[in-house]
Amino acid sequence: MIWLDTILQGVLLGGLYALFAAGLSLVFGIMRLVNLAHGDLIVFGAYMILIVVSVLGLHPFLAALVAAPVMFVFGWVLQKAVLNRTLGDDILPPLLVTFGLSIVLQNGLLEGFSADSQRISMGALETASVSVGPISAGVLPLMTFASAILVIVALNQLFYRTAIGRAFRATSDDPVTASLMGIRPDRVFATATAIAMLVVTIAALYLGTRANFDPNVGPARLIYAFEAVIIGGLGSLWGTLAGGIIIGVAQTLGAAINPEWQILAGHVAFLLVLLIRPRGLFPRGH
Amino acid sequence: MAMTYSVTTRTGASSIAMIASLILVVVLVAAPAFASRGLIQDLFFILTMLTLAQFWNLLAGYGGLVSVGQQAFVGIGAYALYGAVILGGADPVLSILLAGLAALVLAVPTAYFAFRLQGAYFAIGTWVIAEVARLSVAQWQAVGGGTGTSLPRSALREIGAVNWIETAFDVRASAARDILTYWLALILAVATIAGIYWLLRSKAGLALAAVRDNTEAARSVGVDAGRMKWVVFLTSAFGTGLAGGLIYLQKARISPDAAFSVTDWTAYVIFIVVIGGIGTIEGPILGVLVFFALQSLLADYGSWYLMVLGLIGIAVMLFAPRGLWGLISERTGIQLFPVRRRLVGGALTQEET
Repeated sequence: MIWLDTILQGVLLGGLYALFAAGLSLVFGIMRLVNLAHGDLIVFGAYMILIVVSVLGLHPFLAALVAAPVMFVFGWVLQKAVLNRTLGDDILPPLLVTFGLSIVLQNGLLEGFSADSQRISMGALETASVSVGPISAGVLPLMTFASAILVIVALNQLFYRTAIGRAFRATSDDPVTASLMGIRPDRVFATATAIAMLVVTIAALYLGTRANFDPNVGPARLIYAFEAVIIGGLGSLWGTLAGGIIIGVAQTLGAAINPEWQILAGHVAFLLVLLIRPRGLFPRGH
Repeated sequence: MAMTYSVTTRTGASSIAMIASLILVVVLVAAPAFASRGLIQDLFFILTMLTLAQFWNLLAGYGGLVSVGQQAFVGIGAYALYGAVILGGADPVLSILLAGLAALVLAVPTAYFAFRLQGAYFAIGTWVIAEVARLSVAQWQAVGGGTGTSLPRSALREIGAVNWIETAFDVRASAARDILTYWLALILAVATIAGIYWLLRSKAGLALAAVRDNTEAARSVGVDAGRMKWVVFLTSAFGTGLAGGLIYLQKARISPDAAFSVTDWTAYVIFIVVIGGIGTIEGPILGVLVFFALQSLLADYGSWYLMVLGLIGIAVMLFAPRGLWGLISERTGIQLFPVRRRLVGGALTQEET
């Protein structure tokens, strides 16, 4: 029974990793840009929520609602002013610019908030749990998982049911032809990054409330997100959720055997999938 | 008048550069005779960072393989040296070669996994493997596990060359060890630059440039692009491992977090190459000097220093993607280590610059 409990915790942890990964996946799908600062942007979002909570005294969920539009605008400007300049056939500029951004964000946060670990307090919700028979699960992990599913459903609806989603898909397939139809790729890209920052804000809320964080935890979140995306197969958001769950379960199982093996077990699971299914579990057929 | 043509890469500037480099190397070899211990340590840092930068530049600038996981090879090389010295009682200087070999061995499975990923995903894939290496080494209790260990003093005292330097320069053992590692770093840096220059001027270098510029076109004229990627990746890993072993021989103390640090062994190296000029041999040389100057000026400001470095890196990539050396060579046409082949002699006039 303890194993079942461990696996359940792993599945719920996978929801958090899917939230980390969804923004990364969205941006990559539309403009083939891998943002190496993605993890640091999540941490940046967590600090923003922390500030709103402590200055305005709001509940973290309301604070996230305040932070979301700020992150949205930040993402739009970042893409329009900086990242759009790096797009092209050469893969070096986007990689090196986002790597630079990652270093700037990490050290900016270090300067502003010191290396002390922080936590966004949720009050009683932090320890609340529900039990079904012998198995119990925390309310917060359940909410994280539900949020991950909601985000994926919402992004899929956005992609396939709305005009902006059509513009995303058209620009992703062929930016030149899309621009002939009156779509401006630079604005589409800026909008996509802005929406990714909304997802980042949600990820930041759960990152900050579920565990301690400090300015240096970003790169590890980027790696988990990346592993989830690759395991799931590029371009499939549900695959990304499955990838997150695999990493999450591998980590909790590893930790159950030896606490020092938690992170290592996640990486090993990723390498195994890469070995057996190099294109991921649910690749989109091309 | 005879109409003989010849193909050459040499230019006036490159001939002068060769002579200047030789003089510089002679001065650097003699440096321990007149330089302070602090200066020797600074030069050691510059030379080892230059070696790491040249190998990363070979990977990314010439091979198109942007790795964010080079710290794996620094760390595994360093730990192989510590393992050989502490557990096997091996000679520390000879163990540097073992450091290179250990990195080479790790590079084979790394390439096998990472080459399944393209572009940016390759970058993060190498990072994952570096993390796996760090976490695995942290489990190795014989060399201190997660907290790390020191090189035993007895092993350091037994190095024959150190005793010789002690008497020749009349210095203490610790200073003599700095001089020895400095000379080794000088040999490594010079051999790296000469080796990469030779590689780029050879047939393999031409194939490499062809693959970087257009993989499909290169394949169509019979270049084995996949093989070139392997050659470049394994060469870089070997050289990075040698540098890693040497760096930690000088430090005499190691921990997994330091030896596998992404900031120290990959981020700094990327900034050196990007600021100096990616895809040239001159770039990393200029870059490491700029990097050292910035560090000397700003090191006291801690995280501000890294922020400034990151911002400069972003600005260079956006506005001068070929780096400082690119700007200089565009304006003046100077190439100190030219790899472009030109046809000279016969009825053709010299290429106008």
